[in-house]
Amino acid sequence: MLRLVLILCLAALPLKAEEVVLGLSADEVAITATFDGSELLVFGAVKREAPIPDEPLEVIVAIAGPSVPLTVRRKEKKLGIWVNTDAVEVKEAPSFYAVATTGPLKEVLAQIEDLRHRITIPKAIRLVGASPHVSNPQSFSQAVIRIRKKNNTYQLLEGGVVLDQQTLFRTSIKLPSNLTEGAYATRIFLTRNGYVVSQYETTIDVRKVGLERWLYNLSREQPMLYGLMSLAIAIAAGWGAAAAFQFLRRG
Amino acid sequence: MQIYLPIAEVSVNAFLLLGLGGLVGILSGMFGVGGGFLMTPLLFFIGIPPAVAVATEANQIVASSFSGVLAHLRRKTVDLRMGTVLLIGGLVGAALGVVVFNYLKSLGQVDLLVKLCYVVFLGIIGGMMFVESLRAIRNTRSGKAPKRKKHNWVHGLPFKMRFRTSGLYISVIPPLIVGVCVGILAAIMGVGGGFIMVPAMIYLLGMPTKVVVGTSLFQIIFVTGFTTMLHATTNYTVDVALAVLLLIGGVVGAQVGTRIGTRMKAEQLRILLAMMVLAVCAKLALDLLIMPSELYSIGAVGGH
Repeated sequence: MLRLVLILCLAALPLKAEEVVLGLSADEVAITATFDGSELLVFGAVKREAPIPDEPLEVIVAIAGPSVPLTVRRKEKKLGIWVNTDAVEVKEAPSFYAVATTGPLKEVLAQIEDLRHRITIPKAIRLVGASPHVSNPQSFSQAVIRIRKKNNTYQLLEGGVVLDQQTLFRTSIKLPSNLTEGAYATRIFLTRNGYVVSQYETTIDVRKVGLERWLYNLSREQPMLYGLMSLAIAIAAGWGAAAAFQFLRRG
Repeated sequence: MQIYLPIAEVSVNAFLLLGLGGLVGILSGMFGVGGGFLMTPLLFFIGIPPAVAVATEANQIVASSFSGVLAHLRRKTVDLRMGTVLLIGGLVGAALGVVVFNYLKSLGQVDLLVKLCYVVFLGIIGGMMFVESLRAIRNTRSGKAPKRKKHNWVHGLPFKMRFRTSGLYISVIPPLIVGVCVGILAAIMGVGGGFIMVPAMIYLLGMPTKVVVGTSLFQIIFVTGFTTMLHATTNYTVDVALAVLLLIGGVVGAQVGTRIGTRMKAEQLRILLAMMVLAVCAKLALDLLIMPSELYSIGAVGGH
């Protein structure tokens, strides 16, 4: 009986006017020994049961790698040499972050919606309360963004999403070669007038496979064995090279 | 060809790593230095995380030093007895060094101290060797006999021991002290300590240059082997894939380097090493003095 009521209640809820139907070129990225970055294709359609409203539809695709805490340090000139002075802990910063949109971010997304959903790159980084004697703590998170944009781990692709007939969208995002393992949260937002009208979430699994997986596991689970193996390889290689050269010299 | 490194979690060009390994291996075989003080900054430069670079470098040095020692053993230019004495001192020093390092880490600024250590020691050692070898070369040109065997206070100490390969009959105290000092510095600076050990053996202990290289490599094997195990079990930062690529280049380079080294005159060898040490010193000093293009740096929490 209760279940029936629940179902009826759910059915009574107004259907979302527009919904995302998503496709991914891969919902799993395998990091093999020869992994050299990868291109991820995100595509989909907007399902709707009412006629298309007048305001244009915009699409935002955001992919975030696993978040890890960081320490950011700033150098200052003291006694003539450059030394690390202030340090700020960043509570959360995704190891990878890409935002692709159909147009300029300012037009596509309202400030308040950005705050709510944490979509743009600066909003994705969480600073921990910096100690009061650190001047200008904001500059530390800006530095994280600057450094990571430079090595392509943070990407802002304004106009990177193509939207056809307000229904079909697609974008491709380059995953760099220095990818870390983990679940990559993929979010798609549909906006009108800067307001989010619908959102969809899924995850892409980025995993080391094969030899990479085995070595990584061994190094964490059997560190002693792993260390000894490293040494054995080193000694064997050293001996092998010496023997080979000796042989070459004789022969 | 790109290779993804499982522990460093970056993708790098395999041939670049082979080349770097080879280059540093040649220097290692020629001069008896592990090459850590050259390789580690190079690895930072190509984007390997510092912690992984330091730990993996230790593993690679084991391979190139072992390869080098075998070549030297065949030539009988390794003073095993002296090496063992230095090693005992070195391990004691390394243990002390770890304590000192942790103390400095609790004070902060350990990074700066390491860099300053490098600049000061490289500067002093490089400068002294450069001047001395220049003088030696000039003396041999003008026909004066080099006076190597000086009789100083070192020879008055007790516990004398005969080091046949080095042709020395001296007290074990100076080599032990040298070993301890180098061990401390090696632990703080994260290197095998060859570039300090080699000059110390030549100038403080009066060992012949030809024996010095092999003996230094002999004790470096153990120090770096110990370091590798330490890093692998505590920080999990040894990257075997990276080490293999570096050491394939390294062991071949070490063999080539040893052959080059035996064809050269001792003074020339020393002056080259001095110039290399001075160059690294200048680079590090400039880093401290010139305003960096990026004032901020990202590190792991709790790391240094």
